[in-house]
Amino acid sequence: MKLGDLSLLQLRHRLADNDLALRTGPFVTRIHSTMPQVADGLLRLYADFQLDAGEFCDFHVRVGPPPGPRRWLRPQINFWLDGHSPFKPLPADHAFALLEWGLNWCVAGHAHHYLMLHAAVLEKNGRAVVLPGDPGAGKSTLTAALMLSGWRLLSDEITLVDRNDGLLVGLARPVSLKNASIDVIRRAFPDAVIGAPAYDTHKGTVAHVRPSADSIERVGEKVQPAWVVFPRWREGSPARLSPHSRADAFLHTASHAFNYSLLGGLGFELNAALMDACECHDFEYSRLDDALRVFAELAA
Amino acid sequence: MNCRPLLDVLRDPAHMTTLDLGDWDLLLRQAGAAGLLSRIAVQAETLGLDASLPDAVKPHLTAARTVATKQRQAVRWEARRVAQTLADIDGPALLLKGAAYAIAGLPPAAGRLFSDIDILVPRAQLGQVEGALLLAGWHAQKQDDYDQRYYRRWMHELPPLTHIRRGTVLDVHHNLLPETARIRTHAGPILAAAQALADLPGLSIPANTDLVLHSACHLFHEGEWGHGLRDLVDLDAMLRAFAAEPEFWPSLLARAQALNLGRPLYYALDCCRRWLHTPIPAHIIATCPSRPSPWQRPLMRQLFDAGLASALPTCQGRLVKLATFILFVRGHYLRMPWHLLLPHLLHQALRRDREKN
Repeated sequence: MKLGDLSLLQLRHRLADNDLALRTGPFVTRIHSTMPQVADGLLRLYADFQLDAGEFCDFHVRVGPPPGPRRWLRPQINFWLDGHSPFKPLPADHAFALLEWGLNWCVAGHAHHYLMLHAAVLEKNGRAVVLPGDPGAGKSTLTAALMLSGWRLLSDEITLVDRNDGLLVGLARPVSLKNASIDVIRRAFPDAVIGAPAYDTHKGTVAHVRPSADSIERVGEKVQPAWVVFPRWREGSPARLSPHSRADAFLHTASHAFNYSLLGGLGFELNAALMDACECHDFEYSRLDDALRVFAELAA
Repeated sequence: MNCRPLLDVLRDPAHMTTLDLGDWDLLLRQAGAAGLLSRIAVQAETLGLDASLPDAVKPHLTAARTVATKQRQAVRWEARRVAQTLADIDGPALLLKGAAYAIAGLPPAAGRLFSDIDILVPRAQLGQVEGALLLAGWHAQKQDDYDQRYYRRWMHELPPLTHIRRGTVLDVHHNLLPETARIRTHAGPILAAAQALADLPGLSIPANTDLVLHSACHLFHEGEWGHGLRDLVDLDAMLRAFAAEPEFWPSLLARAQALNLGRPLYYALDCCRRWLHTPIPAHIIATCPSRPSPWQRPLMRQLFDAGLASALPTCQGRLVKLATFILFVRGHYLRMPWHLLLPHLLHQALRRDREKN
């Protein structure tokens, strides 16, 4: 059964009764929330995701108001994983963004049976491109644009490397856009489904793009890595790839990874094998359609 | 103590093979909250149970083992740094608790997680030790004059030291209990009976009886109940292993008597037996050097049961909030006499208030 098979009312009841087990790639998360923003956001962005029977869930999360008198004054919300809250409370209208951050935190903080790199990852023709990127480098914008033009999204934030075969594992969760990139994607892809923006978060304005149906459908297919590309948006720059040293790509991904050092020797082996399997590039761009053309040539 | 299935698995790890997916859903959360998931994961591997467990569960155990392996490696590395730093200090430096278990390869070490490293040094060497550690990068963080005075005048340890680059935390003790505590004990015999570590010159490990007594005293006297069940599992693992030594039980009782730690030992043995079914001979508990009076016993059991369950939202009774509050007050009552405690609590409360504003 898919989440979108539920009506909004049914979804609200299931969320309020702690009776919704959502499958995102290898993980099943039980979500408990009475917040209308959570139900709205899920229905808008996760409609094609499978629901699970929920006998066993990897994460048990809740989004709701913290206890205390602020409930009525200036409503707040918080996120709990199994009764433990890793974040400070936020204004109530950030509920859905907080759920997304919370789900990322669940995976990044616990799934140490993978090597987890801080990078977006997409697939075309059976080969994957890994996009590490410093904040503000235009990684999420490029990720959303690639997904909306036919690349299959594995993840926009966490690259999961299977420790047994070095293949990349998908989550296919929504792509998080910030500030100006929200309008850039809206203009370039008028059909894209984008969730309600959360204003004035610590990252500015944040809105999420619904993953493509193909990305969700094929989320279980692991992919062979082929490229590591470091994107950088620069005003007026033509779109062009240039070689990036593998050694530097190794160090960059290792130092930004969620659990590289925790995996010890295995982390080194997995990341080295990833770099061995990949061509590494820098990529500068200013216009999205030029960027998409370069990536289409890359994957051809 | 209806804390199924966690207690079943802690009592007998083979019980894992009988659990269905729904049980595992609960067990992973209980064990995670108690800080015992890595221990269960390591036991599953050691006993060769992994293959017979549900597929959905295996990744969680793999991840938990990965964390435990990394932490053990990190503790060894850090202990080596401490050993090098203290190599020229007179008198022994003892590793305590988690670090001691990990370095000496004692039974509680399997899958145990750590938050800091504890060491015990002779009081006379405290200045030298602190100086050497400071030069090596360990210093007290965010402590005002009041904290410094509080620790140095009344406590059995220095303010926690943090390494300036690695962020690791080191607790330097010169006794097992605060100077102001209602039970008076002394570290001299523990320092004297310690075993030097062959592969880490400069560091030693307390004798087995002293490891048990320190763990008991930490849990039942200092009252940090957040890790209560994990500490009880440490005690259980040590008692099961050490019981194989000839004369272990009589020497444990004699040592408790000599160190004036009979009461915490009584509580430790009683809770281990009831919670984890530790095989402790009945006459050993009955002849413990200090026992609560018959009217106190059920009350103390209720309090400690609530304390041990306090980290486990799924196994708490109705009165857990009240009981943990009483334990909190008891912890402070045991720590200091009222004429020192009340001004201290007032100072802490006012400071919290100031920091809030």
